[in-house]
Amino acid sequence: MEQRSAALLAVALMSITAVSGCSGASGGGTGGAAVAPSDPASVSGTITVLTHKTDLAGDGTLDRYAAEFNKVYPNVHVKFEAIVNYEGDVKIRLNSTDYGDVLMIPAAVPVADYPKFFAPLGTPEELDRKYRFVDGGAYDGQVYGVATNGNATGLVYNKAVWKQAGITGWPTTPDEFLTDLRAIKERTSATPLSTVYHEGWPMTAWQSYLGGASCDEAANDALATDPAPWAAGKELNRIDTLLYDAVHQQLVEKDPTTTAWEGSKNQLGTGKVGTLALASWAISQMKDAARTAGADPADIGFMPFPAQRDGHFCSVVSPDYREAVNVHSKHKEAARAWVDWFVDKSGYAQDEALLPTLKSGAMPAELQAYQDAGVRFIQLSQAKNAEVSTIDNQSEIGLNKPDYRQHIVDLARGAGGGGGLEGYFADLNRKWAAALKRAGS
Amino acid sequence: MPEPTTATPTDPTTATTAAAPPAAAPLRTRLLARATPWLFLAVPLAFLVTFTYTPVFNMLYYSLTSWDGFGPDQEFVGRANYTELFTRPDLFQVFFVSLFYLASGAVQMLLALYFATVLSFHVRFRNFFKGVLFFPYLINGVAIGFVFLYFFQPGGTLDSVLGLFGARGDHLWLGDPHLVNWSLASVSLWRYLGLNFVLFLGAIQSIPGEVYEAADLDGANRWHQVRHIVLPGIRPVVSLSAVLVVSGSLSAFEIPYLMTGGANGSTTFVIQTVKLAFQFNKVGLASAAAVVLLAVVLLTTWIQRRLVPDEGVDLV
Repeated sequence: MEQRSAALLAVALMSITAVSGCSGASGGGTGGAAVAPSDPASVSGTITVLTHKTDLAGDGTLDRYAAEFNKVYPNVHVKFEAIVNYEGDVKIRLNSTDYGDVLMIPAAVPVADYPKFFAPLGTPEELDRKYRFVDGGAYDGQVYGVATNGNATGLVYNKAVWKQAGITGWPTTPDEFLTDLRAIKERTSATPLSTVYHEGWPMTAWQSYLGGASCDEAANDALATDPAPWAAGKELNRIDTLLYDAVHQQLVEKDPTTTAWEGSKNQLGTGKVGTLALASWAISQMKDAARTAGADPADIGFMPFPAQRDGHFCSVVSPDYREAVNVHSKHKEAARAWVDWFVDKSGYAQDEALLPTLKSGAMPAELQAYQDAGVRFIQLSQAKNAEVSTIDNQSEIGLNKPDYRQHIVDLARGAGGGGGLEGYFADLNRKWAAALKRAGS
Repeated sequence: MPEPTTATPTDPTTATTAAAPPAAAPLRTRLLARATPWLFLAVPLAFLVTFTYTPVFNMLYYSLTSWDGFGPDQEFVGRANYTELFTRPDLFQVFFVSLFYLASGAVQMLLALYFATVLSFHVRFRNFFKGVLFFPYLINGVAIGFVFLYFFQPGGTLDSVLGLFGARGDHLWLGDPHLVNWSLASVSLWRYLGLNFVLFLGAIQSIPGEVYEAADLDGANRWHQVRHIVLPGIRPVVSLSAVLVVSGSLSAFEIPYLMTGGANGSTTFVIQTVKLAFQFNKVGLASAAAVVLLAVVLLTTWIQRRLVPDEGVDLV
């Protein structure tokens, strides 16, 4: 692996030198908006779509979408390139001009760099009439990416397990949540909550509760100016304290460092685990896992983060990967046609039980129950997202990286060294404040 | 028996020059004869320069910039990355973890030496045992990560086997911060033992059989043979292995990255570097860290060579 990473780094580094020249030279020259074609029959060309959905590419689902697309645009040939390590690979390929015609914008690309890599799709005002999540894909008066779908935050749980423990309603406060988990531990044989610590990425779901726990749409933006986001009473403090308490009261799996993802799905499906902190995308996977294991998929439920404001829950809806058009693409019209068709007409969100990007799109059944129970969908403002991610990287905290919350689990199970949770919060505040100061200067 | 155990390969350049026709030959032939070794060398040299030296020099350059890893802007910041690196003790603390790998590396060399010695004598099933010992080295790291994940789970393979011997401990092999690095280092030992073993075995087998015969005639027993023939005979390979073990423990990456991702206090210097570069987009700082690691490895190797100079071997 030393060699592999060295080689990877080497390739990355080399390709950059080769390319920094051309992207510098081309900058803006190859620009030009990706405009939707007025006459579907007039656009032609072969476009390559880079996708992270290796499962859908493998089982032919994407090809079926392409066939549907061809009914409207007969002269456009769509090719899919499914990439397993999407984030890492595409981030490196961005240094060349060869990153497909349509691609999902890798999360690591700062919004301010969007104009260098992607073709503008229109003004935010124009697209906002139709789509959710336009905000975060826009920079300097232009939109560069449209989300393929959205996700709603919450926790997937096994209804049968919670019922067996005698719990009827969703917990409305963190304390109530902990009480419920204790009841599950006492009355059932299930593990009340699984952290899936070993895999790392599932722990990042806890960050997605930011804003949902306080019903505050400006929660993310507030981080850009808050020198102490982990101070007592603040939202991150409350979220992390809940995680800490759950682990500290031994309401999670016995050895978090060895829990594997596939196993966790199966355990939730069969009622060996009561709850997993994961957003709505996980519902369909958990149902599949239950079905495969011979359990009842109807047992899989979805509950909001245990906090209410003015008597109602809030759930943050957030965009999945955004589809964008390569600024160097030779077939921008065709590429734009695909982006529009996929988001507007493909029915992908409904097929996969996801929150549709299209404001007029139908809500999948899984989320309908959520809405019926009075959970409010809120959307975090992304106005200061660039600043927040700059501070985040500068501070090396990694709000959306597993390490920071893995450390909270470590502290809670007495494995994280001295200082305790308060010490860690103080440390986080100190790092955040320092990075904030540096970013501001 | 004046035969040296390590034969110096004949230098290709001198060989060709020696074989070249005398000055009377036409100029073209002479030029060609001179160019031949270089033509042969051209391809490997091109690969070496392209895939080793260019990236290294690029890395040196990146370490002087504040580049984020993908953007077109590479701002030159001079020594800033190095200053940051050397003024943040937390970035160097992770070298502490290397001590675990160093300890396991020492054990690994002793075990490899033991097995190589034993299997160099005529033992029953020796080829089978050679295979058994070398096999782990052939398995890819991801598979090893998975196998050992189940191995270390509470109530997993390791606990069950210990249970058979009556040691019913309740250990979190990867969860306990006092155990995790030992567990990971022992996986690394298991994996690289085979390579070490093969190196030693090869060296031992290159010792001519007559030396043992003579020793037998002189009444030396097995221990005497090991002490006075095998050990001195393979000294260069032992010191090479030591260099590899030390640099390997300083740059341990694969096993801990796959099994814990550096969580629970198992972050090594290379894991930290990878995270700086690819999680926090600080490629400049990460490159500086990589340069420092390179310097540290070169330095320790140099010290090692000074302490234990590589002398020629003479068994007679």
